[in-house]
Amino acid sequence: MGLQDSAQNITERTAEIVSRNAQLEGPLLPILHDVHHAFGCVPEAAIQPIADGLNLSRAEVHGVVSFYHDFRKSPAGRHTLKLCRAEACQSVGGDQLAEDVMRALGIDWHETTPDGRITLEPVYCLGLCSCAPAAMMDDTLHGRLDATSVKDIVAEASR
Amino acid sequence: MTPTIFIPCDAAALAVGADKVAAAIANELSARGLEATIVRNGSRGLHWLEPLVEVRTGHGRIAYGPVRPADVPGLFDAGFLSGGDHPLCHGRTKEMPYLKGQTRLTFARCGVTDPLSLEDYRHYQGLKGLEKAVTMTPADIVREVTDSGLRGRGGAGFPTGIKWNTVLGAPGAQKYIVCNADEGDSGTFADRMIMEGDPFVLIEGMAIAGIATGATRGYIYTRSEYPHAVAIMRKAIEIARRAGILGPSVLGSAHAFDMEVRVGAGAYVCGEETSLLNSLEGKRGVVRAKPPLPALEGLFGCPTVVNNVMSLASVPVILDRGAAFYRDFGVGRSHGTIPIQLAGNIKHGGLYETAFGLTLGELIHDIGGGTASGRPVKAVQVGGPLGAYFPPALFDTVFDYEAFAARGGLIGHAGIVVFDDTADMLKQARFAMEFCAVESCGKCTPCRLGAVRGTEVLDKIAKGESPEANIALLEDLCNTMKLGSLCALGGFAPYPVESALTHFPDDFDKNPFLQAAE
Ligand SMILES: Cc1cc2nc3c(=O)[nH]c(=O)nc-3n(C[C@H](O)[C@H](O)[C@H](O)COP(=O)(O)O)c2cc1C
Ligand code: SF4
Ligand code: FES
Repeated sequence: MGLQDSAQNITERTAEIVSRNAQLEGPLLPILHDVHHAFGCVPEAAIQPIADGLNLSRAEVHGVVSFYHDFRKSPAGRHTLKLCRAEACQSVGGDQLAEDVMRALGIDWHETTPDGRITLEPVYCLGLCSCAPAAMMDDTLHGRLDATSVKDIVAEASR
Repeated sequence: MTPTIFIPCDAAALAVGADKVAAAIANELSARGLEATIVRNGSRGLHWLEPLVEVRTGHGRIAYGPVRPADVPGLFDAGFLSGGDHPLCHGRTKEMPYLKGQTRLTFARCGVTDPLSLEDYRHYQGLKGLEKAVTMTPADIVREVTDSGLRGRGGAGFPTGIKWNTVLGAPGAQKYIVCNADEGDSGTFADRMIMEGDPFVLIEGMAIAGIATGATRGYIYTRSEYPHAVAIMRKAIEIARRAGILGPSVLGSAHAFDMEVRVGAGAYVCGEETSLLNSLEGKRGVVRAKPPLPALEGLFGCPTVVNNVMSLASVPVILDRGAAFYRDFGVGRSHGTIPIQLAGNIKHGGLYETAFGLTLGELIHDIGGGTASGRPVKAVQVGGPLGAYFPPALFDTVFDYEAFAARGGLIGHAGIVVFDDTADMLKQARFAMEFCAVESCGKCTPCRLGAVRGTEVLDKIAKGESPEANIALLEDLCNTMKLGSLCALGGFAPYPVESALTHFPDDFDKNPFLQAAE
């Protein structure tokens, strides 16, 4: 996906997303979410059409994109594992679990495995704090994780 | 009569396999040639028993849990469709002690109904508050909410009626109701549970707020970490619109009110109300200086009510049953009920709605059953990442806004995270600073730089480097952050740090010689 998108294609599709959201009050975040969904990131080539469509400067759009943790500059790996790092998950071994995962994948937070399969992102609470430790693999939630179940989840995504 | 089986669609239930259990049950039904209606309800809040499957029988709903897919054939063999006994059976759901001990006002329907069935919603007293509100004057609605004693459940505990009154009195052609559903505190999930389990109650609460203040548009701002809540809320809004609950004429009245859901993008600070408003406007989620109050100049400069999900979802029952009914629950200046969230290393984790007034010890030991690990409790953090750590010596603290404040703590959004004796409180203190550094909006120096310095100093203390000087430096830094920060992110991040230091000084005493010998 992401990498094959030509700049012109990105410009056109972004302009289309902008016009689709134009009637909203405060359309920038919904637009950025749609762009992110379409390209797996907010590509550099999407900034100008957004700025044009909303009558903002490029710097303003950049400023907003860079403020929010969710918006990536380049696409993630094929799967994204979001591991919760917040307190409730810490209280039941979340830190150890994260270390195990990082060792098994050979990557740190925000990194992608060399084969491009899995990107590891920290998340600060998934609202599953009564079923901790918790994680989200792509769109699927996982609670009450332990060394075995997290290994299974990673193995399934690696297949 | 075909039996009805309830399998929660709440995110916590999904995270522990509810969809797989639902599939296994559907398979088993067809393999055995049986018929049953499957309802995907919200969660009852007994999360250690999720997936908690219920069957409706002639003598009430019978609960089974935690059910794994492998348990399903056995449940059928035991005749669970007619409430048959089984090792996973807990008898009548209603009679389970954890539920029976609660006072469910805000969560009365959560886990009981199909979240997207308006029929269910009406059947269980839904819409009664709004039906009353459309016959009242705005001032009377505001008075009712004020008299109920309801205080904001998002953290600051500000009286909801007083806030509404300011918006009602503010001139403006356009006013807004903004629901703060950003629920970023670790240990909290009440907002998520309501959005997933009883979305209409939030819609009803927001519509009442709109009529009370003259606001015709509403936004629910929630987090991207809650995709299930977003999906259910959006469907519920569509259903409410088609039923005339939202739109140009709310329940056929002269009042217009409509709303939509907006999703944040992974910034904790956007839970702060002014940062949230900036984010809704499509800006960086930087905190605004107050005044002006959002009630006077909020979203797009218009008068705006910003309320937490729990505050708004408590309004329908107040209008329906009356201010006095609600006000009579609770203690001191904390009226009504509070949905307490028990999380972390706790045996009976989940949601427990009760009148204010239980002690921390009762909540953790009697209701929560102590730690999940079976080890002694070392500390609990109340009120999210900006809340203080309490040692067991303070477990006589009563759950009430003022009692917590008197002990250097805060109730916040009423999440309690339990830690056992393996916790390292220096590490917890360091995390508080690290979190503040990661999530700072960057507007003020004490927060932006102080939190980074704080982590560095704590790292030095962890290595046993000049402990006395560094602890003094840490205390200094905490004071600077408390005094010089614009919002509670920088202003309250010192509380977990200082409480850890005060109550667990041994964890900060890292003797370098001992460490070297390890
Ligand atoms: C850093 C920070 C994060 C906050 N996060 C939330 C939140 O997630 N949800 C919430 O309702 N209030 C949050 N608040 C409190 C809001 O600023 C505000 O007080 C609240 O939305 C008002 O609603 P209420 O009166 O109904 O509680 C936060 C405050 C701060 C300083
Ligand atoms: S205290 Fe921190 S988060 Fe709050 S306004 Fe200042 S820099 Fe922003
Ligand atoms: S702290 Fe991990 S899910 Fe809430």
